[in-house]
Amino acid sequence: MFDISMNALMAQLLVGLINGCFYALLSMGLAIIFGLLNIINFAHGAQFMVAAFLAWMGFAQLPLLLGPEFKINFWLALILAPLIVGGLGIVLEKTLLKRLYHLDHLYGLLLTFGIALMLEGAFRHFYGISGLNYDPPELLRGGIDLDFMFLPTYRAFVVVFSLIICAVTWYLFERTKLGALLRAGTENAKLLQAFGVNIPLMITLTYGFGVALAGVAGVMAAPIMQVNPLMGANLLNIVFAVVVIGGLGSILGAIFTGLALGLVEGLTKVFYPEAATVVVFVVMALVLLTRPAGMFGKEK
Amino acid sequence: MTRASVPTAAQAFSFTSIPMPVRILLVLLVPAMLVPFFPEIAYPVFIMKVLCFGLFALAFNLLIGFTGLVSFGHAAFFGWAGYTTGGLMIHYAPKGLPVEIAILAGVLVATAIGYVIGALAIRRTGVYFSMVTLALSQIAYFFAVQAPWTGGEDGMQGVPRGHLLGFIDLSSDTAMYYFVLAVFVLGFLAIHRIIHSPFGQALKALRDNPARAISLGYDIDRCKLYAFMLSAALAGVAGSMKALVLQLAALNDVMLSTSTEVLLMTLLGGLGTGWGPVVGAALVLTLQNYLAALGGVVTIIIGFTFVVCVSFFRLGIIGELQAALQRRESKKQHAHSSPLVETHSETSGR
Repeated sequence: MFDISMNALMAQLLVGLINGCFYALLSMGLAIIFGLLNIINFAHGAQFMVAAFLAWMGFAQLPLLLGPEFKINFWLALILAPLIVGGLGIVLEKTLLKRLYHLDHLYGLLLTFGIALMLEGAFRHFYGISGLNYDPPELLRGGIDLDFMFLPTYRAFVVVFSLIICAVTWYLFERTKLGALLRAGTENAKLLQAFGVNIPLMITLTYGFGVALAGVAGVMAAPIMQVNPLMGANLLNIVFAVVVIGGLGSILGAIFTGLALGLVEGLTKVFYPEAATVVVFVVMALVLLTRPAGMFGKEK
Repeated sequence: MTRASVPTAAQAFSFTSIPMPVRILLVLLVPAMLVPFFPEIAYPVFIMKVLCFGLFALAFNLLIGFTGLVSFGHAAFFGWAGYTTGGLMIHYAPKGLPVEIAILAGVLVATAIGYVIGALAIRRTGVYFSMVTLALSQIAYFFAVQAPWTGGEDGMQGVPRGHLLGFIDLSSDTAMYYFVLAVFVLGFLAIHRIIHSPFGQALKALRDNPARAISLGYDIDRCKLYAFMLSAALAGVAGSMKALVLQLAALNDVMLSTSTEVLLMTLLGGLGTGWGPVVGAALVLTLQNYLAALGGVVTIIIGFTFVVCVSFFRLGIIGELQAALQRRESKKQHAHSSPLVETHSETSGR
């Protein structure tokens, strides 16, 4: 069992770390949205997928439609796609979600779930289910030989960039005045509104920001995963387990649990590959048995 | 909400004293009995499928509509009951295993899985509960993909239907149809009985006001777990019957899409209504039947139905109908100023 080569181990750990970055980004977005809107955004995976498709479309389809000078490269997509999906998220919040706040949170969950089905169905209708390739940008091709393993540059970039976004988001929410307002809004929106804070606007922008985070993850995932309509749905199942394990309480919880579970999954792939797809759910069951509120969550 | 459940001895024999959902069941039973004679109007195998999914949705409704727990994992019970019954029938029916035992085994497996998932999931409430059921049912799905005897992607085909009570040959669609109909009626009555029992009232209480239910002395975790297992068991009945009807236990039955379909059926028909889930099941299956050729478009339509339902028709078809009837009734009451007009209400959806 322990005759596994250093190379294979490190490679799987890297894959695990990258997956962990996506788990962290997605569950962080879910946590932020849940905090203010009290809605589990079931459309999160679909929004992630749409961003990946937008990057691919800007690169592969837009030039065919409008001419080669309209080719959207990776860096531009990394800015534009999150803005677009975030904007669409804001439209969704303004038109449909905001009608549901006075109801049981079940309805928000069902509505976003319906949105997810529509988005997935639409992309499946037009693009089929086979994956589309999206190459990493020129700048990040190739890799570095670290002696004990080969590190592809793009993957290193994904890890570093994700960690930066996680850190910035954490700082924004936990250490700034804006973050303090948002957390206060989570605790008692009515009181904050009485102080003259524009709560509806805050909610709208928070939803947009959470969705945009999923968008960033989607664009970054495009060169690694095959771009296909179900890429988000498959990931989201695991992210829900991550959320349950971490507890939706804190952004820090989302980041740590996401990264840790990615690594656990990578390790399982090395030592017992058959269990790799279930290990996250098994961990979730164990955590629920011992700490029902999750590792970082507070029992309400 | 609480009335119309138990008729007193004096009225026990009059038709109007029978609770509304059961009355509808009795009325519908007449055309339902005639289905095998007019296959050109209603194709029996399709109606059997509707009955199976209708029962599945009713079992689901017991949980979501009356206990307020939203499970995203009911496909695990439905699918694994089908696998159990299908597997037993394929391997042991030729050696003389009765079909009743195979169905019972399917139900037991579903109940056991229900116990495991339920015991873990009720440790969390609200949306967490839903996410836990979803994540745990993924384990059930992975086992279905990887276990050697489930047939993986292909599923189990050619499940023999066997002989009921040893002498009724179920391989004829007509015999199978009456068997499914009987099981559906029994399942419907059982659910009706559960809802209107003291246990059912306790479930409604813990749905509407858990703190108060605790203060009244109910062990709400145990109530939730029992409700979950009952729902799983009945979903198992539906799954076993479906495997026999279509002679197929497929991977699709344990997938998330089946869990969400049953959710849509219940939501579309009306949460917490007596007949809503069945109406929803009939509607969704009919839609799928007609739109099967369109591929991805079906998903769009199903998603769109979710959005429209949640945004505009939260009570579902039957729920909205009941609400409309009630409004008219109360208007009439005001007109005649007679406060004693009884309105049969079964609404308890939110």
